[in-house]
Amino acid sequence: MKSPAFVRGVALLPLGWMSVFLLLPVAILLRVSLSEPRFEQPPYSDLFALAESGRWAFEGTLQAWRWLLEDPTYRDALLGSLTMASLTTTACLLLALPMAWAIARAPLGWRTPLLLAVILPFWTSFLIRVYAWIGLLKPEGLINAALMATGLIEQPLLILHSNAAVLIGMTYAYLPFMILPLYATFSRLDEDQLQAAADLGATPWQTFWRISLPLAWPGAVAGCLLVFIPAMGEFVVPDLLGGPESYMLGTALWNEFFRNADWPTASALALTMLVVLLAPLALLQRLQRRDEVVS
Amino acid sequence: MTVRGIRARGLARFGFVTAVCFGYAFLYVPIVLLVFYSFNDSRLVTVWGGFSTRWYVALFENETLLRAALRSLQVAVVSASLATMVGLAAGLALVRLSGIRRALLLACFGSLLVMPDVLIGLSMLLLFVNLDQWVGWSGRGLTTVALAHLTFASAYVAVVVRARLLQADASIEEAARDLGARPGQAFWLVTVPLIRPALISGWLLAFTLSLDDLVVASFVSGPGSSTLPMVIYSSVRLGVTPEVNALATLLILAVTLGIISAALINRFFIRSDP
Repeated sequence: MKSPAFVRGVALLPLGWMSVFLLLPVAILLRVSLSEPRFEQPPYSDLFALAESGRWAFEGTLQAWRWLLEDPTYRDALLGSLTMASLTTTACLLLALPMAWAIARAPLGWRTPLLLAVILPFWTSFLIRVYAWIGLLKPEGLINAALMATGLIEQPLLILHSNAAVLIGMTYAYLPFMILPLYATFSRLDEDQLQAAADLGATPWQTFWRISLPLAWPGAVAGCLLVFIPAMGEFVVPDLLGGPESYMLGTALWNEFFRNADWPTASALALTMLVVLLAPLALLQRLQRRDEVVS
Repeated sequence: MTVRGIRARGLARFGFVTAVCFGYAFLYVPIVLLVFYSFNDSRLVTVWGGFSTRWYVALFENETLLRAALRSLQVAVVSASLATMVGLAAGLALVRLSGIRRALLLACFGSLLVMPDVLIGLSMLLLFVNLDQWVGWSGRGLTTVALAHLTFASAYVAVVVRARLLQADASIEEAARDLGARPGQAFWLVTVPLIRPALISGWLLAFTLSLDDLVVASFVSGPGSSTLPMVIYSSVRLGVTPEVNALATLLILAVTLGIISAALINRFFIRSDP
């Protein structure tokens, strides 16, 4: 079926915009990753140079890519990102399941306020929410003060600047992304099926595990992807809450760019991130095409 | 039912309620404490030195912060307004278009929603640097920040618009067409007013995202054009400062008021729908 001319005309704006501001930049990433860093503007070498023979010669190099393969720091960053993103996704899922279920099953008048209460922190500055945890987690912070006052511990726990702090901060920051799609599927569950299970003597737990959860599968997968994909490239949380061991892809890219001014390596890292995320991105698209989980 | 069954059910419910309460506490305790300690007279986080508004006074005397806040507001208004236009076009295209162009749009806008900030930031910066080389345009500063924000925010607007378009009754636009309106007229005069709530919430979403962004702005902004999150970030790196608490409290207040008014506007429009 051919789309009407008007729609095709309107579509030119987003199509053109995305070509210039998304597809073209990715192509430039690839081009810069094949250069060497230089002390000039722009700080990377040309891809083609005019040789003495008067011919254009290809001057590209795989140096940045070789670095990524040889230097264990980058492998650790990739592993760190994968581990932290997986742990965050699991923690979000475990926390979000009962919450989304409670909201979906709450009395009708309660649902909107409860849902708004989940969305509200998401609208509040990400940076400030992460910052809030510094005051809670630091050695003389509130969590340690509370634990020491109750006599549970004698020495303050060193949570801040550790992977535990990064996990807490990332779970906190991404939790709404898990709750919303789960809520969307839970709220569309067939009331009759749940009633039937209860009538046949199932406990609420049994109903939840054997009826609701299998039916909510697409929402859970969508939620996991919505958390995992951005978490893979997270920079702010490991930077502010993490320590030296919390090295992730986002931190590595940031350091290459801002500290070392090594644009080719930063570009190669960005492309690595993109390649790792292609499969989850494609899966998310398929889910979205099947139904409108995100909205 | 057996006594054991009842006890098990009670225990399950107790565990469930605990989990839900823990979840909400997890979401809100940090924010509440942040607000609470912004009124603390002491510089130390754990010591309550009495009620004071001195950090708010200090905040309004901090010119760097105020100027950055003004810059951020400018960028947010401009990028949100343009993002709403691109997002509206994209939302319409996603609903009415078919074939390869729709698939391409879906892939682009879908990826932008979840793409890590560092990836968007670096690739945008490289684009601007190359534009400088190719056509001599070097506007690195607030303009490039606004362009970058507009790009990723339009994806969120597109999601909201698309959802609303799918709900909206297409037959009303068809009726306008039957009555002789051109396609553009019918869309602009009939469908756009119908999806107005989506455009408003899309704009608000884009505005908030722009105001909140640290990473992309850090990559694409130029010298002397630090946005508010960039200034907050550099002071947070130096440690917890009560001034930032005060600023955070004001931002949270603004966002809360914004959300409540958006919810009210939404309700108003839905009520006034025939």
